[in-house]
Amino acid sequence: MSEQKRNLKAHPTRTPMPERDPLERVKGFDEVPLGYTEEMARAEAERCLDCKNPKCVAGCPVNINIPKFLREVREGRYQDAADTLRTTNSLPAVCGRVCPQEEQCEAVCIEGIKHDPVAIGNLEKFVADWERAHRTITTREVVETTGRRIAIAGSGPAGLTVAGDLAKLGHDVTIFEALHRPAGVLAYGIPEFRLPRAIVKSEIEYIERLGVKFVYNVVIGVTVTLDELFEEGYDAVFIGTGAGLPKMLGVPGENLIGVFSSNEFLTRINLLGADRFPEFDTPVLHAKHTVVVGGGNTAMDSARVAKRLNQARVSLVYRRSEEELPARKEEVHHAKAEGIEFSLLCNPVEVIGDENGRVKAIRCIRMELGEPDASGRRKPVEIKGSEFNLECDAVIVAVGNAPNPILTKATPDLELTKWGTIKVDPDTNETSKRGVYAGGDIVSGAATVILAMGAGRKAATAMHEYLMNLPAKQNMQAS
Amino acid sequence: MSGYLIHSARQLADKIYEYWVEAPRIATKHAAGQFIILRLHDHGERIPLTVVETNPQSGQIRLIVQVAGKTTEEFAQLKTGDFILDLVGPLGQATHIHNWGNLIVIGGGVGSAPLLPIAKAAKAGGNKVHAIIGARSKDLLILTEEFETVCDEVRVCTDDGTFGTKGFVTDVLNSWCETGTRFTYGIAVGPVPMMRAAAKTMGQWGIPGLASLNPIMLDGTGMCGACRVTVNNVTRFACVEGPEFDIHGVDFNELMMRNRSYINEEHEAVEHAHQCQLNEMIKHVRAEA
Repeated sequence: MSEQKRNLKAHPTRTPMPERDPLERVKGFDEVPLGYTEEMARAEAERCLDCKNPKCVAGCPVNINIPKFLREVREGRYQDAADTLRTTNSLPAVCGRVCPQEEQCEAVCIEGIKHDPVAIGNLEKFVADWERAHRTITTREVVETTGRRIAIAGSGPAGLTVAGDLAKLGHDVTIFEALHRPAGVLAYGIPEFRLPRAIVKSEIEYIERLGVKFVYNVVIGVTVTLDELFEEGYDAVFIGTGAGLPKMLGVPGENLIGVFSSNEFLTRINLLGADRFPEFDTPVLHAKHTVVVGGGNTAMDSARVAKRLNQARVSLVYRRSEEELPARKEEVHHAKAEGIEFSLLCNPVEVIGDENGRVKAIRCIRMELGEPDASGRRKPVEIKGSEFNLECDAVIVAVGNAPNPILTKATPDLELTKWGTIKVDPDTNETSKRGVYAGGDIVSGAATVILAMGAGRKAATAMHEYLMNLPAKQNMQAS
Repeated sequence: MSGYLIHSARQLADKIYEYWVEAPRIATKHAAGQFIILRLHDHGERIPLTVVETNPQSGQIRLIVQVAGKTTEEFAQLKTGDFILDLVGPLGQATHIHNWGNLIVIGGGVGSAPLLPIAKAAKAGGNKVHAIIGARSKDLLILTEEFETVCDEVRVCTDDGTFGTKGFVTDVLNSWCETGTRFTYGIAVGPVPMMRAAAKTMGQWGIPGLASLNPIMLDGTGMCGACRVTVNNVTRFACVEGPEFDIHGVDFNELMMRNRSYINEEHEAVEHAHQCQLNEMIKHVRAEA
């Protein structure tokens, strides 16, 4: 092989990702990064040092064999690269788009010590897209069925990962989803320009091809209880119901017309098509000046969706400074390029309405950074007397989500933490209820897609062991 | 077609329709006070509806719908054998039935539909149940006979006097109380102005109780917070914490205001649908000509 002859010093900087022009892209919901060409992908993959002891694999929450798939890209063996991704990751086209690689695999890339780290995320996106374009997703190898049935509550990233992993091992998996469409936050939360619906659809089709069944409009815990699932013949249950309970501001005026949680705003558009009203029946409020409160990825998503929806002014209000913004740098960069105005170091104290109860301004107070708090970040402190009104006609609150209590409330024998998340064994993700596992935001509190997938992977491994050690069923032939 | 089969459909009153829909899991689980969310087709909106009755044996649930916008207009066109695309539930908290003693239940308009199972459950819970059923006019009255079979006493009123006492439900409540009857608890379901008025009258007679609220909802599982209501100065999510709340703590003015958030869009949706139908008809006529 020519592997030894590679000139590793040739490319100290990473191949930039071509992007749609900011002024053009805000006119619609098309995906912003255009993707690598084959040449770009192979050039970027050339930059991998192929370390003997690759740190990137451990940096990936689902432990993708990164050096192997990069080698396969270099050699133009894209299908093999796709297979390598799929071995440990059921949703590569999603991860290549929404993972914070800069905090994970790319953060520990050895090449990154002296130069730019290898653009692993961009390459994952390239391979997943190549696979989709060439429609060569390998169908399930015939695995022996185990006769074990698994029910999964929630079809978000955690549930899909558990489903994919367990189906590959020959188990009979059914996912129950409360909404009318699959994929949880990937469907209702993340906007089209960051994660196109077609991508989500094709990833779901892959999971279906593995033999996983999807049942919609079922709220586990309410429509069917966990105990009833076991009575119906399921051998184990995974709970991946996410962190879907939006935190509001807790200030006067937060229920005025025009104040939304980011979940509501994004759901109207992503899940219900409100940007295409009246062709679709769900409306959404249009605003001349939208103020988004918060500094995370969801705040950036909300601001950028509002920009596209309204073609008008959008501002973001965040109580700390730019350095502390919890959103990915890339998302902040995209938001700024699209003309989102950042009002940093200010915090809302009141939403002010007109005589019809519609938002007309948000009253904020300026902040300064004080001593570091428990999180190690400098604590924002109010500057007395610095209140000011920011005129606006919509406020989107994106200050985080609490764990959704609908299942846990209906299942009193499930042990919870004081934060309302489900308590699990850290090694197996098993809950206090026998045969019931949990993972993702319902365990960790609001986090990322890939961390939910990592938890799902860990749970799936433990669930497989649990299922294989169960006493033989009396009516095995029934399956 | 897929979805949830409409087993039977019939018109109950002017613009009010009744359906028995196959939804076996919900039929066994549903308790008084809870609701479902449905979506008629792929471009449809999600709307909450209260379940009036269930039949766990046949696996069916009974829904009553009043035409009030585009979705309910489309709903009214559905017939026996048609399907509802999506239907999820039971959502919300069930009514916490206590032995309150002398209960008054007050239903306004189509709000009488969700009230019926609550009255039944309260009766089964050992309460003496009295009902006031009101509507604008005789053509809009529903379920009065069923209330008669469930309750100890039923009084009916219409705003225009075309049936029963002429006047509002609050007038009936006042005169009932004036004759010396002491109600120990009250539950009101109906249009927001009616519930607001009922709260006031109940307050005057020192009757504690509940109102079942009908805010805008999307997912119905606590995820979006569109259904925020203020109760005793605290923001609550009606879909998971309600829909029933302390009638004397609810900020009805805020609820009424929030329910009007999309009033313009609601008209636009109906007009758009009518225009589409018209275009279809024109196309059809032209094709035939």
